[in-house]
Amino acid sequence: MGAVAVQALRGVDLDLYEGDLVVLLGPSGSGKSTLLNILGGLDVPTEGSVLFRDQDLRQGGERRLNRYRRENVGFVFQFYNLIPSLTARENVALVTEIAHDPMPPEEALTLVGLGERLDHFPAQLSGGEQQRVAIARAIAKRPALLLCDEPTGALDSQTGILVLEAILRVNQELGTTTALITHNAVIADVADRVLHFGDGRIVETRVNETRRDPKDLAW
Amino acid sequence: MSSLDRKLLRDLWRLRGQVLAIALVVASGAALLIMALTTIEALEETTDAYYERYRFAEVFAQTKRAPESMTRDIAALPGIQIAETRIVEYATLDLPDFDEPATAQLVSLPEHGPPLLNALVLRAGRLAEPGRPDEAVMSEPFAKAHGLEPGDSITAVLRGRERQLQIVGIALSPEFIYTLPPGGVMPDDRRFGVLWMGREALAAAFDLNESFNNVTLTLMRGTNGREVVERLDALLAPYGGTGAYTRDEQLSNWFLQNEIAQQKNMAGLMPTIFLAVAAFLTNMVMARLIATERREIGLLKAFGYGNWAVGWHYVKMVAAIGGIGVVLGAGLGAWLGHWNTELYATVYHFPFLLYRPSPTSFLLASSISLGAALAGSLLTVRSAVTLPPAAAMQPPSPPTYHRSWFSRTAAAERLDEPSRMIVRRLLRWPFRAFLASTGLAMSVAVLVMALQWIDAIDYLVESFFIHGQRQDATVAFNDVKTATTIQDFGHLPGVLAVEPFRSVSARLENGHLSEREAIQGIPADATLSPIHDSDLGRIPMPPGGLVLSSKLAELLNVGVGDPVRVEILEGRRPRLSLPVVRIFETYIGKPAYMEMSALNRLMGDGRVVNGLHLAIDPAARAQLLSEIKDVPSVSAILFRRAAIDKFYETMGETMYIFVGFFIAFATTLSVGVAYNAIRIALSERARELATLRVLGFSRWEISYILLGEIGLLTWLAMPLGCLVGFTLAWYLSSAFGTELFRVPLVVTDATYGKAVLIALVSTIACAAFVRRRLDHLDLIAVLKTRE
Repeated sequence: MGAVAVQALRGVDLDLYEGDLVVLLGPSGSGKSTLLNILGGLDVPTEGSVLFRDQDLRQGGERRLNRYRRENVGFVFQFYNLIPSLTARENVALVTEIAHDPMPPEEALTLVGLGERLDHFPAQLSGGEQQRVAIARAIAKRPALLLCDEPTGALDSQTGILVLEAILRVNQELGTTTALITHNAVIADVADRVLHFGDGRIVETRVNETRRDPKDLAW
Repeated sequence: MSSLDRKLLRDLWRLRGQVLAIALVVASGAALLIMALTTIEALEETTDAYYERYRFAEVFAQTKRAPESMTRDIAALPGIQIAETRIVEYATLDLPDFDEPATAQLVSLPEHGPPLLNALVLRAGRLAEPGRPDEAVMSEPFAKAHGLEPGDSITAVLRGRERQLQIVGIALSPEFIYTLPPGGVMPDDRRFGVLWMGREALAAAFDLNESFNNVTLTLMRGTNGREVVERLDALLAPYGGTGAYTRDEQLSNWFLQNEIAQQKNMAGLMPTIFLAVAAFLTNMVMARLIATERREIGLLKAFGYGNWAVGWHYVKMVAAIGGIGVVLGAGLGAWLGHWNTELYATVYHFPFLLYRPSPTSFLLASSISLGAALAGSLLTVRSAVTLPPAAAMQPPSPPTYHRSWFSRTAAAERLDEPSRMIVRRLLRWPFRAFLASTGLAMSVAVLVMALQWIDAIDYLVESFFIHGQRQDATVAFNDVKTATTIQDFGHLPGVLAVEPFRSVSARLENGHLSEREAIQGIPADATLSPIHDSDLGRIPMPPGGLVLSSKLAELLNVGVGDPVRVEILEGRRPRLSLPVVRIFETYIGKPAYMEMSALNRLMGDGRVVNGLHLAIDPAARAQLLSEIKDVPSVSAILFRRAAIDKFYETMGETMYIFVGFFIAFATTLSVGVAYNAIRIALSERARELATLRVLGFSRWEISYILLGEIGLLTWLAMPLGCLVGFTLAWYLSSAFGTELFRVPLVVTDATYGKAVLIALVSTIACAAFVRRRLDHLDLIAVLKTRE
């Protein structure tokens, strides 16, 4: 069986502005994760260009991408991906140690409402708490871009709302450009813009006149 | 093939690197075991066959001169099967290709027919014919060393008379499988050989007509050799008997049996180390495999596979890994065994070599090796068997970490997070870390043990030959000479200094303990060959008693001040009681010393000597040698330089090859441990490391986190390995000590350094090899998948 070339993304043209909160919606395989990977410097498009502050991420290879991730991007994963052998504070410190102008880990954790659980190991935290540690870890280096892949996917709605609040707070207080993938259409209401994906394209772009408070959401 | 077996094959293929690494460790253990077992088997079988076919005697005795009529009395002793008398003497040989005089032991052959005992194995030519007094059969190693063949002739000095001897045959004898020149410590086929000549020829040359000076016996089944020795001693005492001895004490046989005993010792120790590490490695790899296959195990059970089917599946996996190791080990072991046996044959001269490894050796080694691998995985396989299907379908609960005492220390505060990750993992699974570190330490230990052999031999040579002896040559006479000989030799060209000695064979006794050992009489102010203590250096000769080597004192269970009963076995054969006045340490032999003039007084002789130590001007060496060759009374000459060279030649070559093998085996060990430890760490942490890459960590930063652990374990393993290596060296030096040799316990810093370096290089190579995988981590998958 030969390999079949699959085009994950076709003709996507997108600008993200500073402080923007964008939600990417769409069914599985519609291309939103591929876009997120490209935005996060984990992957490069085979055609077209990706510019970050006027610099093309396709130039400079692996090393350049790594520096881009290190300096400018914060990741929040669906399954948290915390280091089990490090406490909450240490998980955050892991990133601040290699960042240019980070905030202290304690401050990042306070920002996501975990100022009291600094010295707990991941195994001693609930799923929502773990995800908030992951958010603190992502934003402690004051990234220009925060990328969240299904951050509430593994959580119940109540906990999911706490996590969303943390993301919004970071977005508002630090002005971090945020892109968030979700299957959950309800969550789209907290965004400035909502991009609907289908078959590798952005099929619809919606601009929310008002962003809803996560507290008002239910799913 | 069942689906499970197909899975098994694919798993083995997928884990091939780790499978091979473990198999090689198993193979090393199995090979060492098979090598030792088959070598022992070959040596024992060859020796037994040789002794039986060529009627090697069971009791031996030397006298000054006994009438032939004694033969009947000896044969009439209870338990004697065959008694054969002969003449055994020494001669110096002048060989055209050799500027030094060589020494030959002369052994008489019956005038008619082959010897009844200690039959010769003719390798070329024929035996000496009756009535041909100038015909001689030469021992094969000596003939080979000088390129002599039947038909060649040599010049020999027999009791002062120069004779042309014609070599008519080349032979081997069960009596001379291992030969030592008189007074020598290593075989030297260029300087010492055996010549068999007609009985009448030797009787005429040594004035022993109708007499004999040597008798050998075989015994009837069930006869106590000790009793025969006592009765024989009583018979021969009036004729200058120097004490009979059994086959156990016969020089050649004694060395051979010692060698076999050492092989047995090795057979126990070395394979144990390798198989213990193999057991740990299978445990480590199977534990990880079963952990990653939790869900599959749950599924299998959910489908209706029984606990035993699941357990059997994993047992087969271990058996397959062990089996590969055993097959490799059997091949390598058989080859090594053959090689090792042949190596023995260069020092131990057999006419044939029965290397027919029996299935028993292979079966034994295989079951021990497989058993070790299976024992190692027993607990982990059990965990797979007992895993309830419902629990198996769930991911394992995440490992719980705690802030240990270590986290609260000031040092821990200063650690960066990647280092903290390394330390926490080690503290979380301390036992596993300890075993991995121990495995690496074993590799260092094996290296230290192997490399220290070279140190020990160097030290031994230095202590014994360089510091202990200052003479350039030692001349032995075939009988005692008056002290005027000292001046005579002093006037020879190139002789710078002369120092006499007197050696007297004796039996030393304390209670029921008894040892045959010559008493060396040396001058109180000896400088060329003084008493040398291996720890203290030259020690003064105290008057009035015996100075014993610690080995002899230990065998006789005596200390300073204790009396020793001494039965002199020559001359007037006085029986004396002498106090021990000092005990000293030496690595070679078990000598006893006495002040020379005191010894002469006890013997009732005047100022006599039976040998001289000489210091020689190297420039006049050739001239001196040619003169000494013509001195009739000289029975042997030993050169210190030649002894050192021969020592290295004999020990050195073999030793370097063995050290080479052990370096290879030890490297296998460290590669086996390091490769598996790193692969397992990678398998456990791939997701964690990929996450860090996503977070912006560079390849080198995550390499540090992955390899820091093995680095730390290696760092801990080094001192531990050096310590264990020292212990092994200590064990070997005490277990391998014989009456002839004690291996000194010497491990130089350079040896530790080399061992550590070799182990480090192999670990680093493994690390570099596995590290490349970090370049291909799937970063995108970690965003999406649950562990």
